[in-house]
Amino acid sequence: MKRHHRLAFALALAGVLCGAGAAAAQEADAPPRQRWTFSGPFGLYDQAQLQRGFRVYQEVCANCHSLKLLSFRNLADPGGPNFTEAQAASIAATFQVQDGPNDQGKMFKRPGKISDFFPPPFANEQAARAALGGKLPPDMSTLAKARSYEAGFPWFVFDAFTMYQEDGPDYIHAILTGYTDAPAGFALPPGGQYNKYFPGNAIGMPKPLSDGQVEYTDGTPTTVDQYARDVSAFLMWAAEPTLIARKRLGFQVMIFLIVFTGLLYFTKKRVWHTVLHEPEVEKPRAPTEYKV
Amino acid sequence: MSGESIYQPQSAFMKWLERRLPIASLAHSSFIAYPTPRNLNYWWTFGGILTFMLGVQIVTGIVLAMHYTPHVDFAFDSVEGIMRDVNYGWLLRYIHANGASFFFVAVYIHIARGMYYGSYKEPREVLWILGVILFLLMVITGFMGYVLPWGQMSFWAATVITNLFSAIPVVGSSIVTWLWGGFAVGNPTLNRFYSLHYLLPFVIVGVVGLHIWALHMVGQNNPTGVEPKSDKDVVAFTPYATVKDAFFVGVFCIIYAWFIFYIPNYLQHSDNYIPANPGQTPTHIVPEWYYLPFYAILRGIPNKLLGVTALAASIIVLAFMPWLDTSRVRSASYRPLYRQFLFIFFAAVIGLGYLGSQEPTGGYVIAARVLTLYYFAFFFVILPLLGLFEKTKPLPNSISESVLQQGVPAGAPAPPPGVHA
Repeated sequence: MKRHHRLAFALALAGVLCGAGAAAAQEADAPPRQRWTFSGPFGLYDQAQLQRGFRVYQEVCANCHSLKLLSFRNLADPGGPNFTEAQAASIAATFQVQDGPNDQGKMFKRPGKISDFFPPPFANEQAARAALGGKLPPDMSTLAKARSYEAGFPWFVFDAFTMYQEDGPDYIHAILTGYTDAPAGFALPPGGQYNKYFPGNAIGMPKPLSDGQVEYTDGTPTTVDQYARDVSAFLMWAAEPTLIARKRLGFQVMIFLIVFTGLLYFTKKRVWHTVLHEPEVEKPRAPTEYKV
Repeated sequence: MSGESIYQPQSAFMKWLERRLPIASLAHSSFIAYPTPRNLNYWWTFGGILTFMLGVQIVTGIVLAMHYTPHVDFAFDSVEGIMRDVNYGWLLRYIHANGASFFFVAVYIHIARGMYYGSYKEPREVLWILGVILFLLMVITGFMGYVLPWGQMSFWAATVITNLFSAIPVVGSSIVTWLWGGFAVGNPTLNRFYSLHYLLPFVIVGVVGLHIWALHMVGQNNPTGVEPKSDKDVVAFTPYATVKDAFFVGVFCIIYAWFIFYIPNYLQHSDNYIPANPGQTPTHIVPEWYYLPFYAILRGIPNKLLGVTALAASIIVLAFMPWLDTSRVRSASYRPLYRQFLFIFFAAVIGLGYLGSQEPTGGYVIAARVLTLYYFAFFFVILPLLGLFEKTKPLPNSISESVLQQGVPAGAPAPPPGVHA
């Protein structure tokens, strides 16, 4: 039997050595984990933060990035940025939306309505590439769920227990604050910027945020770090607007399941009591043929 | 079904029905009077859990299908529409997506339990083979379901997996074109995957029917691997097995709900929230976690045809277990060597799963090859030889004897001496 123990040990060791090799080959820095109001079982979006984040999106990101799965009415959804319907309508009215065809068969532009989707900054992919030196900014509707990073073993196991689902906003925040000068000897491709958190370190997007760029009216510091935090929270809401409903229902379901399963456990105990304690009791049952 | 039904129709209607279609007595003998070994542990509840999961997947899937659009231009947005604008659409989709994962959790435990207690052995060979067929159907159905959201991983997983058929000599590339319905993964591919993803679960329901029929023909195995010999060895399915299964379905659901409500995207690849783009290959393409061991076997072998053959063989070999295992003792509890090799086998499968998620370079490939070698050696070398050389522990005379020896709960009176079945 000793032999098998040794074999198992050798296999385990091989696994550990392989893991160590992979860790050494990592290139981009792992994004630091931030504190978010929407993490954990009772997490909620911070309404003021989403409103600030929307401002950053509108004034900075929206110049290049679309948000095509969201409509203006979503801005007034409860649990989200929670603008009033009138505010959402007036935000919509600042956009020009294509509509038509009209009675003359022509497409035309009109101010946005609350039921419209956010219009994209470019008519199509080719227009975006032509304007931005060949680069295509991704749509931001699902961005906060479409970005992540490798936590690696064993951290990804712990993440299941600590309910860590904020890898997307952590990554976006890290990218927005990760612009530094390229280290000596790093060959930056033309049109690229150095970013210590971006895989491969050469990112196409120029540094989008600088201190004081967006005006805040609520006294929140106007720093790159704060902007990055706010817009990441906004994008998380944009990607997962039902997060609050999900966690609220989740708590109710959990309570129900735990109580119900507890009752089933005691029912099971009661039902099995006679079987386990009085094995000699004959119960009326169908005659059965046994292969002896 | 062993055991006569003692069902007696009470009402006039049930008496009338019984003479024309004895469905009530069939249900009674199958799910109420059916004798089940009294010593089954909680690993035996996963059959019930799997039935429950199949129901969950079919019900949520049918509602999701009402809102989904199987077209390359609309599939991704329609799934996002379900998440955003359908009432409780997010709940349905997260139940369904995580349900696939938990279906596989349950089926892997169910298979491992069968391997540990020798449930594949005579007379349960057909029952076991039906189980392998069910697993294969689940693999195919799960894969096609993963393609439907039409994200980056959907598209590229479909491309990689369908391309495996091109390894078949002579007709390979014709088969791939036929599968795709064109010369690349495209709208016809998505349409047929959707159609089959809707069809196959009902095929699974049918094979589950056969699986349960075969089970009730031969009776359940049990932790001792000794067949029931008298009424003292068994209890009626209802209430004993029913309440035990229900309790563990509850436990299972608590963990399942943790994933649905708190970490719904934990088991997902984030790239699948990027719409499919045939012009841009993701940095590394990985399948869903439940396919990773097989993916590692595939990638560990440098020759494509051999790799695909090994991939197929790694699942099909399970069907031959009843004949590869030459031991006459069923349960690993009485087979000390088999038990050790089996635990190493489980560790190897988990190890392969980890390697399947990593980039196939250097040490990883070598480790994957070592584990693949063990995977097949377990079936083709260890199983046949162990039966010849292993010294097994003495088996109990009956189930009730083993229960009385070790299963007496604390506080219960000690059995009087000389009590035997």
